[in-house]
Amino acid sequence: MFESLWLQLQHPNTQWVLAGTLLLGTASGVLGSFVLLRKQSLIGDAMAHSALPGVCLAFLFTGQKSLPFFLLGAALAGLLGTFCIQLIPRLSKTKEDSAIGIVLSVFFGVGIILLTYIQQQGAGSQSGLDSFLFGQAASLVRQDIILIAGISAVLLLLCIVFFKEFTLITFDLAFAKGLGIPVRFLNGLLACLIVCAVVIGLQTVGVILMAAMLITPAITARYWTERLTGMIIIAGITGGVSGVAGTLLSTTMKGMATGPLMILSATLLFLFSMICAPKRGLAAKAIRLMRLRRRTSREQVLLAIYEQYEKNNLCVTVESVRKKRRLSPSLCLKALNDLEQERCIERIENGIWQITSKGIEKGYHTALKQRMYEVYLMHEMELANIESDQDYFDPDRLPRETRERLYSLLKLYGRMPERRKASHDAEKGQIANEF
Amino acid sequence: MFPVELDNVTVAYHKKPVLQDISLQVPEGKLIGIIGPNGAGKSTLIKTILGLVPRASGDISIYGKDYKDQRTRIGYVPQRGSVDWDFPTSPLDVVLMGRYGRIGLLKRPKKADVEMAKAALTKVGMHDYAKRQISQLSGGQQQRVFLARALCQNADIYFMDEPFAGVDAATERAIMTLLAELKEKGKTVLVVHHDLQTAEDYFDWILLLHLRKIAFGPTENVFTIENLQKTYGGRLTFLKDKVLAEGHKE
Repeated sequence: MFESLWLQLQHPNTQWVLAGTLLLGTASGVLGSFVLLRKQSLIGDAMAHSALPGVCLAFLFTGQKSLPFFLLGAALAGLLGTFCIQLIPRLSKTKEDSAIGIVLSVFFGVGIILLTYIQQQGAGSQSGLDSFLFGQAASLVRQDIILIAGISAVLLLLCIVFFKEFTLITFDLAFAKGLGIPVRFLNGLLACLIVCAVVIGLQTVGVILMAAMLITPAITARYWTERLTGMIIIAGITGGVSGVAGTLLSTTMKGMATGPLMILSATLLFLFSMICAPKRGLAAKAIRLMRLRRRTSREQVLLAIYEQYEKNNLCVTVESVRKKRRLSPSLCLKALNDLEQERCIERIENGIWQITSKGIEKGYHTALKQRMYEVYLMHEMELANIESDQDYFDPDRLPRETRERLYSLLKLYGRMPERRKASHDAEKGQIANEF
Repeated sequence: MFPVELDNVTVAYHKKPVLQDISLQVPEGKLIGIIGPNGAGKSTLIKTILGLVPRASGDISIYGKDYKDQRTRIGYVPQRGSVDWDFPTSPLDVVLMGRYGRIGLLKRPKKADVEMAKAALTKVGMHDYAKRQISQLSGGQQQRVFLARALCQNADIYFMDEPFAGVDAATERAIMTLLAELKEKGKTVLVVHHDLQTAEDYFDWILLLHLRKIAFGPTENVFTIENLQKTYGGRLTFLKDKVLAEGHKE
C-alpha cells in the first residue's frame, strides 16, 4: 500500500492536489477561528450553501467551466446570503437563527434548480458542475491550484496585517466602535475574507461540507491554547494536516472522495483533542474533578473527626463520621484510609480509628481555616479588601489586623478551635505564634 | 465649555421613543450617577453619547466639538456581560485594547503601551492575574479588567455602564477608590447605577432618568423623595425608608 502511495506521490497531479488541500486547509483553519469566536459557525454553513447558485449562474453567463468565474460567482452569492441573514432580523421580528435557516435552504434550493436546469440543457462539458456539491479534489488542475494558493496567501497576509483590529472587533465590538476604529469596514473585510475562505474550498470539499472545514480545526485548536495567536496557528496547522491527510487517504483508497476524508481527518483530530487535551480536555477535567472530590471529602472527614475530638470523643468509625457529614460510605471509608496513611488517625481495630497527635494538629489548622473563612464570609462587607481577594481563602495571606479581627470574632461566636492535647506539638506552628 | 452637552436629544427604537428630549450640561470634574428604574434608558443614554446608538434628533457635543473629533478624550467601560469571557485572551491583552485608539491602525503596541497596561492592572489590584485566561476571573475581577482598560485610554471623560453590578465587596471598594482618584485628577465620570441605597454616598451629582430627564444636579438637591417618586412611580420600599429617615431627622 505504501509503495503505491509513494508512486502516486511521484505523480505531479497528486502533488498539485496535495499543495492545494494543504493551503486551503490552513486558510480555512485560520479564518475559521474568527468565525467560531464570532459565534458565526452557522453563518459559515449558510455562506457555503448559498454559494451554489452563484456557481451555476456564473456558468450560465459565461458558458464555460472556469474556476475564477465560479469563485467570483460563489463569492458574490455567499456575500449576498450573508447580507440577507443580517438584514432579515433587522427588518422583521425573525431571529438570526431562523434567518440563517431560511437563507441557507432558499439559496441552496435555487442552486439545485439551476444545477438541474444546466444538466438537462447541456452536453458532457457541464456535468462537472455537480462536483461542487460534495467536492472533487481530483478535478483540480494546475491553474486552479495557483489560484487557490494565491487567494489563501492573500487571506493569511490580511489576517496578519489586521490581527489587532480583528481581535478587537471579535472580542468587544461596542468598545471598538467607541474607540473610533472603522468597525464597518473591518467587519465587511472580515466577512469578505471568510467568504473567500469558504469559496476556495468549494471545488475540493463541496458546498455541503465546507462549513466543517471552517469550524472543526478552530474548535480543535481551542482545546490546546488560551491565546488567540496560539489558537489561530494551531487551527491553521490542524486544517493543513487534515487537508493533506484527506488527500493521502483518498489516493490510497480508490474512488474515495477527498473532501469527506478531509472532514473525517479533522474530526478525528477534534475528538482526540476533546478527550486528551491538557486542562480543557474531558479526561483532564474528569481527573481534576476526581482529585478535588477526594481532597474535599478527606478534609470534611478530618473536620468531622476533629469536631468529635473537641467533644472528647476519640473513637472514629465510618458511622460516627457520617453522622456529622453526609458522605457516601465508600467515599468516607476511602477518606479514612487516606487519613490513616497520612498518619492523622490510627486503626485500633477493624473499622475503628483513633485520632493521632498529627491528626489533631492538622485538624486544628483545617478547622481554624474553615471557621475563619465562615466568619470572613459573615463579615465580608466589613473586612473585604483588595489584597485578600484571592482564588482561595488563605488566612496567612490576610493582613494582620484582618486576621486578628477574625480571631476575636471566632472567640465571640465560640467557634475558636481548641488545642488542648496538641499544644506541645504545635508550638512551632505559625498560627500558634500569633497568640 | 462643558465636557458633555446634550441638546434636546431623542432616541427611538422601532418607532417607540426610548429617550425623550434630554438636555444636559454636565459639569467638569464631577462624579455623576445616572439613576433610574429598569428600562429607563440609562445605558441607552451613554451609548447615544458614544455614538453606539443612533439618535433621532438633537445635538451632542463633547467639550464643544462633535464626538468624532474627541474620541481620544473618552473612556468607556461597557457592561461586563457584553463580551464572551471564554475568549482566548489574557487580562493584559484586554487592557492593551484600551490603547488601540491611540496606537492606530496596522501598528503594533509599543513597550510603553504594555507598561501602561501593566500599570493600569496594578492600579486595580490585578497585577498577579495579567497572564491568566480571562474565563478564570471572578465577576469582580472581570469588572476591574474593564476598568483598567478604560484607565489605559487616558481620557478626560469616563462613561461606565453598571460597574457595580454583581461585584464583590473588594471590587466595589476598588472602584470607589478609583473613581475618587479620577475625580481628583479633574476627570469627569458618568456612571450608570441602579442601587439607590448607595447612590447618595457615591456621587456628587445625580441624573434621575426615566425616559426623560427627571432631575439633574448636585446630589443633595436632586435626591429628594419627590424626585425619586417621579422617577420610580412611588412603588419603592426604599422610598418608605427614606421618608422615615427624613421624618426622624426633623
